[in-house]
Formats: sequence, structure tokens, C-alpha cells
Amino acid sequence: MNNFFLILSHSYLSKLKAKSFIISTVIIAAALVLLANFDSIISNFSDDDTSKIAVQDETGKLYDPLVQQLEIMDSEIELEPATQSMEEIEKKIESEEIKGILILSESAEGLPQALYKSNSLSESNVTGELQIALQNVKSSLAASILELTGEELALLSGPVAFEKEALVAGAKSEEELSQARGIVYVLLFFIYFSVIAYANMTAMEVATEKSSRVMEILISSVSPVKQMFAKIIGIGLAGLTQLAVILAVGYFTMIQKKDELVGGFFEGFGFESLSVGVIIYAVLFFLLGYFLYATLAALLGSLVSRIEDVQQMIMPMTFLIMIGFFISMFGLGNPESSFVTITSYIPFFTPMVMFLRVGMLNLPVYEPVIGIVVLLVTIIILGVFGARVYRGGVLLYGKSNSYKDIKKAIDITSKK
Amino acid sequence: MLVLWVWEGNAEMGLNIQQVTKRFGQFTAVDQLSLNIPPGEMFGFLGANGAGKTTTFRMVLGLLDATEGQITWKGKRIDYSTSPEIGYLPEERGLYPKMKVSDQIVYLARLRGMEKKIILKELDYWLERFNVPQNVNKKVEELSKGNQQKIQFIASVIHKPSLLILDEPFSGLDPVNVELLKDAVREIKNNGTTIVFSSHRMEHVEELCESLCIMHKGRPVVHGGLKEIKRSFGKKNVVIHSDFDLLYLKDMNGVTKLKETTEGVLLQVESEAAAQGVFHDVVQKGFLRKFELEEPSLNDIFIEKVGTSYE
Repeated sequence: MNNFFLILSHSYLSKLKAKSFIISTVIIAAALVLLANFDSIISNFSDDDTSKIAVQDETGKLYDPLVQQLEIMDSEIELEPATQSMEEIEKKIESEEIKGILILSESAEGLPQALYKSNSLSESNVTGELQIALQNVKSSLAASILELTGEELALLSGPVAFEKEALVAGAKSEEELSQARGIVYVLLFFIYFSVIAYANMTAMEVATEKSSRVMEILISSVSPVKQMFAKIIGIGLAGLTQLAVILAVGYFTMIQKKDELVGGFFEGFGFESLSVGVIIYAVLFFLLGYFLYATLAALLGSLVSRIEDVQQMIMPMTFLIMIGFFISMFGLGNPESSFVTITSYIPFFTPMVMFLRVGMLNLPVYEPVIGIVVLLVTIIILGVFGARVYRGGVLLYGKSNSYKDIKKAIDITSKK
Repeated sequence: MLVLWVWEGNAEMGLNIQQVTKRFGQFTAVDQLSLNIPPGEMFGFLGANGAGKTTTFRMVLGLLDATEGQITWKGKRIDYSTSPEIGYLPEERGLYPKMKVSDQIVYLARLRGMEKKIILKELDYWLERFNVPQNVNKKVEELSKGNQQKIQFIASVIHKPSLLILDEPFSGLDPVNVELLKDAVREIKNNGTTIVFSSHRMEHVEELCESLCIMHKGRPVVHGGLKEIKRSFGKKNVVIHSDFDLLYLKDMNGVTKLKETTEGVLLQVESEAAAQGVFHDVVQKGFLRKFELEEPSLNDIFIEKVGTSYE
């Protein structure tokens, strides 16, 4: 057992000390901090970019209410009366001194109408805000023409009460669902990338030891099976360490940015409604997915004689992970489709698809539990089978690197 | 009775390979091999490529199960609980290329049950002995092939194994370093370690081993003490140096082989009597600068028995 921990800590520490591990952790953490501060960074860049718009008020009475209305809306649009000739204004627009010109006139009914001229019409937020402001001005004008009181106006324009109530207790509202979608999306990505990366690492490590022939010495002092599982767990711990670092960085940036959460990046991705349960499921499914694929990767890695052949050997496995990921991406839009439900019980897809369903839907507890049990059973079967292949595979050197070697590897250690 | 008991105990103490057969599907890699290597002996284990040497080593180490028969060390089956007692230098060199020498040795020796403090002390001793103390903090990939080999050797003996398997320990080394390692092997043997030694260099085997076994296609074709093997081989070598043509000797009775050398010929003869016949014949032809009867070399025996040459 002592040797088991020696190998475990060796794989763990050597991964931890590897430059690639440190660099990738730092990059992800930095990206997280950057994203959290995205809004302030963007506004830093666009500070000098207030939108100045010239207004040519042909009625003479719309300019002031419009300015007031924009102030109420807390808009960044700055209006100024057009004093120069049209030609000069067009020149200013060209030199981007001002954004555009708004020509206000009066319709036959005495209601305001507007024409907005600008170089580009891509900035829909500018025209949108102007339109809303003018709409409000028009409403109050129309009200005064109809001689409505303020109360009557409020009655007319007040929003309708429309509440949604799900019949299933705890079902997620549309808003909650879109927020859940954000967080599930981010975590799915994490599971996908880390399962691929760490399973890859396992295959590489096995193949490196085999191709450098240090394997011969290792297996003469520690049984290959013990070695294989020590390695898988050691690398898994390195993955967990990375996950912990990233989660900690995420947590502390969130704490720091708590006030800005509303309306910021985090809200868009549903981070403020982040439940501990979802995180626990994410970690759980990451671990199970990792163990499933790492066992497979160790098995495959033990069959190749040269490092160059590793990628080719584990290609089908990578495809399996990718298919699982694409199903779950599809499931983000249709979490309740029966296709998603069925695939969530296929062990190779369970880690991502079942996590998607847990995160998006309100599943009865037994469903993820069944998924986890299916995964555990598969991992055990694969572990027993993988250990047999590994034991022979590490002794097998040759040119070929096909799946036929699996049979050869089992045969070499059998007694017959 | 007492004598018998001691004798049995001795046989039990060493490495005992009993009627071992290993088949891979239809292919028989090792066929009915029986060896008994007493403790403290250095045993030469020879054979052409593919003769079943590596398979036998792997069975001795417990990496492969024998199809038939059994292998015991000190009366017990070898498994991972006995691994601290066993040292293995595989033919294919293998170390972590990107790991420092000291880390590497510490890791591998700890897997054999040693403590770190003792490992570092022993490592210093060995590096000093092999004249490479400056390599302790270098990565293995930075070392020359010969120096990598020394590290590999250290990794297989640092835990003072009682059974040491050396598969081609001197390949790739210059003559000075071969002597250095040979001395180390001798010293380890004198300290009581049983050594199974495999090499393609027959002169090394002749120099180091008391008894040996030559494998051919999974079967031992020669097995026994070095002297007995040479004696029972019967054939001898005759070296003749002269100024006249000696090629006619090829057709003489009792001469099995003739090889031209720069100064004369090298004959292989069936027996000492045949050598005498040759001598009486050639002295009549003219002046001989040299006539010498030699024991056959292990190389001759090997080539004769296995029928192929390595070089």
C-alpha cells in the first residue's frame, strides 16, 4: 500500500510542478478575473464616447421635454440644439464630432414625429433610447390634447399584470431557466475541457513511461494494476486541485464584485443565483467522468509503444467525450427532450448530459442517483478490464498500435 | 541424514526454476526450462535474440505467469512482497528523461522499500565510485549514453538486492567504464548477491560466471559449469603461424573448421588427438613460428550450439 501512495504522490506532484499545469491554471484564473471586471474595463475604454446629437426642432416645443425625458431615463445621450447650417452639421457628423442629427416635426394631428440621420445606423441603443424618450413625450402630449388627468394616463399606460406560475412545485421559471442555462453552460465547458485534458494526461503519462522503458523497472517493483490506479487517482487529484484554485478565485472575485453583480457579467450567466447543489454536482460529475475516461485512457495508453501514437489511439475516446458534449449543448435548448433523457443514462455521456439535466431541470433525486450508479458500475467494470489489459499492455512492444493489441495484451498475461 | 538436509536447504535457498514452460498462443517461448542457481553465484544466461531470455526474466520477476512449472526464490514464489530483495537491470534502458538523477533514484529506490536518507547517502557513494558525482542534479536526458547506463545500474543495485538480474549490463560502454562496472558487479557478488547475468559478449561471461546456460528457441542447449562445458565440448582450437600455405589442412581428418588469419590459420579440431595429427603433418612441411593448442572459447561453443553469430 505504501508503494501505492508513493506513485500517487509522484504523479500528483509531478503534474503540479509541471509548467503547463501552472500556466493553464494562471490563465484560467486570470480570464475569470478579467471577465468579472469586464463591465468596468469596457466602460473604461468607452468613457470619452458620449453620444452627442444635434437636434433641429421645427416645432420649437419638443426640445426641452425630450431633454428632460432623457435625463429621467439616465441616458448617456447628450442633445444640443442645431445652430449651424445642415451642411456644417453633416461635416461634423462625418468627422465624428457628433453622432447624428434628429429632426423633430409635427404631424397633421399635432403629434411629434422624428427623422434621425447618422453615418451608421448600427448603434441601435442610441436610436432605441431616442425613440422611447420621444414616445413618452408623445404620450404626455396626446394626453394633454385629450385632456386626460395624470391618473387616467397612468391607467392607460400602466403595465398589465401577468404572472407565471408552474404547476410543479419548484419548477424553474423562464428567467431562472435562462440563468441556469448560463451557469450550466460554463460548468459543462469546464467538465468537457478538464475531462479531455486530464484523461489525455493519463494516457500520455502511461505512454511516456512505457516508451522511455522506465516501465520495465516500475512494474518489477510495483504491480501494474496498483500503478495504474495510483496514477489515475494522482492525476485526478491534480485536476481537483486546479478546479479548487479556479473555484476559489471565482468565489473571491464574486465577493469583491458583489455590488456590481446586478446587470453585470455574472447576472447574465446566472451566477448570483448559483446554488451550492449545482457546484457539488459539477464536481461530482467531473470526477466520475474523469475516472471513467482516465481508466479508458490508461488502458489505451498502455498499448502504444511510442508517444507519437497516443493521440491516434485515444482519438475515438476523444470523440466520445465530444459527442457527450454536443448532446448536452443541444440539451441546453431542449433539456426535456426524450433524446437527452435517454442519453443521460448512457455511461459515456452521463457525466455531461446528466449534469445538464440536473442543472436545468427539477429532477427527482433518484434520477441523478441512477446516473451516478450507472457510472460507478461502468467505472468498476472498465477498471477491472483495464487492469487486465494494462498488465499485459505495458509488456507489449511493437510497431502495431491497433485495438487488436487489447486481445494480445490480455493473452500475454493469461496462463494458457 | 544431516548432510542431505543441508543439501536440500541449499537448493531451496537459491533461484529454482522447475520445468517451466511459457506459451503465447501457439508459440512456445520457453520450453521445459529447469535451472538451479545456488545463492551467491553469478550465472550466465545466454541465448540469441528471441531465445526466451527476456520471457524467462519476466517470469522470474513475476510479471508473467508460467504456463507450466514454477519458479521460487529462497523457496518462495516471487511476487511484489519480495520486490525489495530483487534488482533488475532491463536490456532496454529506461529512466525518466526529464527527471533529475537524484529524484529519479530516490523515487525508484523508495519503491523498493528504501528510506530517502539512506538512498541519498548510497547514491553519493555510487556516483563517486563511478566518477560522476557532478551528475547528481542533472536531468537524465542531459547525460551521455554511458553515464545514463551508470545511473541505470545504480538504480538496480542501490537497495542491495539479494537477487540481481543484469540484462546486458555493459552494452554501450567504453572499455574503461566496462572495467568500472565489472568491478562493481564482482564486489556485489562477493557480498553474497546471487546474480543472473545475460550478455552477448562471451568474454564477459567467461570472465565473470562460474556456470551458465545457453538458450536456443526456448530450450537450454548447454547447461553447467564453465569448465565442464568446455571440457565436454571436446573440440579444441589450434593456432598455427608459418610462412608456407596451410589451406590444405581444411581437408584433413579431424579438422572441422579452418579460418585464415594474417599470419597463418586458426583450426578447430575434434580432439587433442586430431591436433597431434595436424602437428606431425605440418612440421614436415617447413618451419613453424607458432603452434598452439587452445581450449575452445565460449564464443565457439555458442556459435556451434546456436548456429548463428551476433556480430
